Formats: sequence, C-alpha cells, structure tokens
Amino acid sequence: MTDEIRQILRDHGRLPVDAGTLAVDEDLYRAGMTSHASLNVMIALEDHFDIEFPDRMLTRNVFASISSIEAALSELRSETALQ
Amino acid sequence: MSAVSVDRDQAFLAAVERIADEVATPNADSVDREARFPVEALAALREEHALSAFVPEALGGGGVSFETIARACFELGRRCGSTAMVFAMHQIQVATIVRHADSSEWMREYLQRVSAEQRLVASVTTELGTGGDMGRSIAAVTPAGENLCTFEKQAPVVSYGAHADDLFVTLRRDPDTEQNDQVVVVALGGQFALEQTGTWDPLGMRGTCSPGFVVRAEIAPDQVVPTPFGQVMAESMVPITHILWSHLWLGIATDAFDRARAFVRAAAKPSDSGPAPAAVRLSHLMSELSLLRAEVGSGLAEFVELGEGPDRERLHTMASALRFNNLKIAASEQAPRVCQGAMGVCGIMGFKNDTPFSVGRHLRDTLSASLMIANERIHQTNAGLLLIAKDV
Repeated sequence: MTDEIRQILRDHGRLPVDAGTLAVDEDLYRAGMTSHASLNVMIALEDHFDIEFPDRMLTRNVFASISSIEAALSELRSETALQ
Repeated sequence: MSAVSVDRDQAFLAAVERIADEVATPNADSVDREARFPVEALAALREEHALSAFVPEALGGGGVSFETIARACFELGRRCGSTAMVFAMHQIQVATIVRHADSSEWMREYLQRVSAEQRLVASVTTELGTGGDMGRSIAAVTPAGENLCTFEKQAPVVSYGAHADDLFVTLRRDPDTEQNDQVVVVALGGQFALEQTGTWDPLGMRGTCSPGFVVRAEIAPDQVVPTPFGQVMAESMVPITHILWSHLWLGIATDAFDRARAFVRAAAKPSDSGPAPAAVRLSHLMSELSLLRAEVGSGLAEFVELGEGPDRERLHTMASALRFNNLKIAASEQAPRVCQGAMGVCGIMGFKNDTPFSVGRHLRDTLSASLMIANERIHQTNAGLLLIAKDV
C-alpha cells in the first residue's frame, strides 16, 4: 500500500521533492504539499482504493504523512471487511 | 459557568458599552471624515484594560469569555465600525497567542506585558506576491547570528500599523523552506521599523488607518509561536477572525436598522389607513437583519461547541472549515444589504451625512467586509473542499 500512496503523492502532491525519497513519517505539508494539492491527493486516494473518507478523517493530521494516510486506509478497509 | 465569571463578563461588557456610547459615538463622524485613528476610544479601552480582556487572570488579564469578546465587538460596531475593527483585530491576535502559546515562556511573559502595559497588537499577514493567500509567505525568519533572526516583509495592508505597539507576523519558517511552511512571530516595539508604501483614503473603515508598509525586524528565535501554523489557522485564526468580524458587521447593520426604525417612528402619525410605506419597508428590513443575526449567533455557538474537548480536533474537519468560511461570506454580504435597505427606508435623510438618520458611513464600512479576505478566494477554497467533504 505504501508504494501506491507514494505513486499518488508523486502524481498529485506537487511536492518539490520525489515522493519516493520521503520517510513514511515525514510531514507532507512541511515538505511543500499545499492544501489544494492535498485535496487532489484525497480525491486520487478515494478513486484508487475505491473508498470514501468519512468527515471525521478529513483533517489535516490524517493526510500529514504517508504513515498516517496508510493508517486511515487500513482502518477503512477493516471496517469494510467487517460489514 | 461560575457566578464569578458571569459577573466578570457582565462588568466588562458594561464598560465596553459605556465606552461605545460616551467615547466612540461622539468621535465616529470625525474618525470617518478625517480617516484618523480612533485615539479617544482606544485610550478609553486601555483604561478599562480591555486590550487584555481575553488574557487569563493568572497572566494579569481580564479572563473574560470568548462570547463576551464577540459581544463587545458587536457593541462597538453599533457605534463606530473602525473602533470595533481595531478592537476585533487586536483580540484575534491576543486570542491566538493565548490559545497556542501556553507552552512558551516568552509568550507567557509577553501576555503579561500586554496586560500590564495594554499593548496594541497589529497583524501583518497579507504579502505582496502571494495573491492574498494567507496560507503562503515569501518573507522568512532568517537566522542572523546567535539568538538573533531578521525578516523583511512587503505588506500591502497593515491595519493600524503606525499605531500598534507590537506586530503579529506570518513568515516562512526559514529561508530554504516552501511558501506554505509558515510560522507566526511576535515582534516587539523597538525591534521593527515600518516604511509606509502607500496612502490611506478608502471608501469605508477609514479609521483603521491601513496603508501598506515594508516591515523590517530583528527578533529572538523564541518569539516564534511554537504551534504548527496549520493548527493555529484551523483552531483559532480562521474561525475567530470570521466570528469577531461578523459580530462587528452585525453591530453596524443593527445601528443602521435602529436609525431606520427611528426615522419611521419620527414620521409616524395616527392613521386609519394602515402603516405608511416606509413602515412596511422597515418590516422587510427586519427580516433581512434577522437572517444576519441568526447566522452570526449560530456561528459563535458552533465554534464554542466545536472547540470543547481536549484537542479541539473537530475544528480540524473540512465541515468546520466550510462552516466558518460560510459565516464570513454570508455575514459580509448580508451586512451591507441591511445598510442599503436602511437607506431605502430613510431616503434622503439617510443619504445625507449630517442627520440623525444618516447611514452612509454604515454602508461604506460594511462594503469593506467582502474584500477583507476576498469572498471569491474563500469560494475557491470551499469549491475544493466540497469535492471531498461529505456531511456538510
């Protein structure tokens, strides 16, 4: 999943650095992701993983790093699997 | 809420109402006509220690509630829009520092100084080259030796900059970082120099005295607010700005309505043929004012509710961002609508600048509302958020 997230960040995060070189816990906003770019990342994540982020997850902290995005996606997938 | 805090809030509000009536009212016309800073009202507010009203008592402040600060903006707005705007902007800065700097020794000492010396804080947030986007900065905190940083910021607007004791400035964290990696710093009087870059002869809010300046400063590294800027924006600066501004716009619109009502009453005669046309127009105007009042009141109530809880996490949701952005858009458009309606009721007596029913200043002051953080920019932000937010 980490590689897929990195690819989406590469395509939509408009980061001044290569998303492949970021540490999983590195702050994406401090790395230069604008709030507009973060919206595009969210849309791409929803489309790619065929999920919808509920409003409680639509906070800055959830999209602040690769690992926090991965944690949110895992939580959503386990909820879907339980249903 | 304890009886003591209710008493404290009521005493503060009574003092602000007295200043609004006795000091802001008689000076409002000359402040507007001469585009001069409301020195008399600010002196009176300082005397009542109103500039530290929101600072906790433990740091020497008044410890009044946020709702009371909002109510004070409303009361001042009813008497002098410029005084209310200066008061509101100062409170935005103070409230932001109070809410985010309690871990910093320097910031706590600073709040004690604000309380003891009634220091007035201006904000330097907009910058040439960022297209009015507060979420980007070009000027940066620049290391300049041991325990020393400098910055130089080209600000197209600094409200009451020449009258402020201290400045609250958004900057890039360091010269090598991206434009959106920002921090807030406090620069003290004596640490900065202002070079005015424009004139100040605007349509309304003339007493805020807000020309452009180049700001050059030397500060110590611990004058940087420690909390990440995104968090400061979401939890405090954005919602508090929109709530306090909309309260003072409601105050201006309420006074315009009161003048229209007084005009209708002065002209009323006993009649068998029902109310006069102007009286019916006043009734229409009241429903417009009610909409504004409801939006402003519910915005405040939701902020207080969302801000409860240890981590203010709910203020970080997109639904919360949309809520307070929409408060700003709605209030900034509705306030001048009410003022123009009041002019329609009063007719030529409202259009003239020297009658008890004049509402020209009210209309001009509220026309600034949609420009202060341009509504069109906020709509662009909201349009993006709406693509992904669900339960809004």
